Amino acid sequence: MARNVHGMVEKRGAGLWLTHVAMIAGVLVIFFPIWLAFVASTVTQAEIIRPPMPLWPGDQFAENYRNALVSGINVPVATMLLNSLVMAIGIAAGKIAISLLSAFAIVYFRFPARSLFFWLIFLTLMLPVEVRIVPTYEVVAGFGMLNSYSGLILPLIASATATFLFRQFFLTIPDELAEAARVDGAGPMRFFRDIVLPMSRTNIAALFVILFIYGWNQYLWPLLITTDPGMNTIVMGIKQMFPSGDDFAHWPTIMATSILAMIPPVIVVVSMQRLFVRGLVDSEK
Amino acid sequence: MDKRVTFKGWALPLLLIAPQAAISAVFFFYPAGQAVWQSLFIPDPFGLSSQFVGLENFTYLLGDPYYRAAFATTAVFSGLVTLCSMVPALFLAVMADRLVKGAGTYRTLLIWPYAVAPAVAGVLWLFMFNTRVGVVSWYLGQLGYDWNHVLNQGEAMGLVVIASSWGRISYNFLFFFAALQAVPKSVIEAAAIDGARFWRRFFTIVLPLLSPTTFFLLVVNVVYSFFETFGVIHTITGGGPQQATTILVYKVFSDGFVGQDLGSSSAQSVILLLVVGALTVLQFKFLEKRVHY
Repeated sequence: MARNVHGMVEKRGAGLWLTHVAMIAGVLVIFFPIWLAFVASTVTQAEIIRPPMPLWPGDQFAENYRNALVSGINVPVATMLLNSLVMAIGIAAGKIAISLLSAFAIVYFRFPARSLFFWLIFLTLMLPVEVRIVPTYEVVAGFGMLNSYSGLILPLIASATATFLFRQFFLTIPDELAEAARVDGAGPMRFFRDIVLPMSRTNIAALFVILFIYGWNQYLWPLLITTDPGMNTIVMGIKQMFPSGDDFAHWPTIMATSILAMIPPVIVVVSMQRLFVRGLVDSEK
Repeated sequence: MDKRVTFKGWALPLLLIAPQAAISAVFFFYPAGQAVWQSLFIPDPFGLSSQFVGLENFTYLLGDPYYRAAFATTAVFSGLVTLCSMVPALFLAVMADRLVKGAGTYRTLLIWPYAVAPAVAGVLWLFMFNTRVGVVSWYLGQLGYDWNHVLNQGEAMGLVVIASSWGRISYNFLFFFAALQAVPKSVIEAAAIDGARFWRRFFTIVLPLLSPTTFFLLVVNVVYSFFETFGVIHTITGGGPQQATTILVYKVFSDGFVGQDLGSSSAQSVILLLVVGALTVLQFKFLEKRVHY
């Protein structure tokens, strides 16, 4: 009987094939834009501006990517990649560092205005940077942080998602551990370093994956504060490669840059899939 | 919710919380306060002084046909993006869930576009539909359809909706797939014994069980389409043609930075803030409910 029911629920034969066909069709449709970008990054400009462009890669791969990385259009793409890397790692590491500390303080201490701090941090959850761009821009300009890494990174660290995640996690750490540490005469920072940090390793890694992608994919903020092409990040720099007039955009270079802009986050997501899915589900809870 | 065992002292915790408090104060609370403050003023044309006008910026905005149009555009846009990113994701997740073998491989393949920045997704779709070199627009032309999102408002909207939904399908797929895997097999098998066919089982049993996930994704996708799609719109249409794709966030940007109308832009920020606040409350209401599941 049980086997029979299984047969009804899990598809076999024709139904199974149809399911695979549907999945493969879905994957192909989803992949098509990326495939096309890759093809465009391996052919010549002449092949693209005489439509239809080929749908199979050409022989200009090395040439186009070398050209993009070394000279680019306004600035070498290698420079933009470096800026993006600094920004993404800065945001991820910075947010994790300040959140670990403040969550530890909120969970393991009773101090004046503790709940006030808690609610103030909670409020920052509600307002994405897009909403307060003009005044935030003025603050950053006032500090002379336009076209600087700190200007790119600091305003995007001011959000509380990570603090909440760590708080939730710290609350699940058994009280006995803190008790034991106290009995042993270990101070709070010792407890933090020897017990809390090692226990949070997986959470830290999962959050790092999510925040790295968040930082890497930022667009509006770098667009506003990096007027110097040498400080452009790759995601916002692509748009700057389009000519302002009626000229043809140089598509092979632009598409090579688009592919380069995707590679780091895609590697992070695919290689750390488990952590990534976990981080995603956790951070949205 | 509180720990029984805590450490003594208050200087250390204040020191620990100081970095986050300082950054939030400087880059969050001060600018947010400034937005509210500036929304009550109109600067003179030379930017030398401002005049207090109370709620005039707001009343002006609410009566401004362009602002109302941006509201309507945002509603249409986020409705379409939510629909176009959730329905295909649910379909793919249901298909993947039927597979005993290979589901993991498909998941790995489908996860990709999530990593692609909205602005980069915008460039990819712009390339496919470019009026002069785009492959898709060229083939559409061969079929006798003249694609031109630069002039046609409906086509512009369609393109930014597809480009914004594309990467989101991955995200929604992950959540639907996880939720489907958590549906108890015994319930499905019981329905199968009763003779319910696959799609009937899906609509009467599985879909209701997915409702917490579906509702959560609805809210998250609406928030996404409100804010994170800025990159898509900026790269593909720049809000045009004739403001047909100017959503609220885009208008805050274009009025504040391009038009230099600080009072109006700040008032718009405050209105958006209220909208996000309402959405957040909705999300938390739902979270409370989910706890009882």
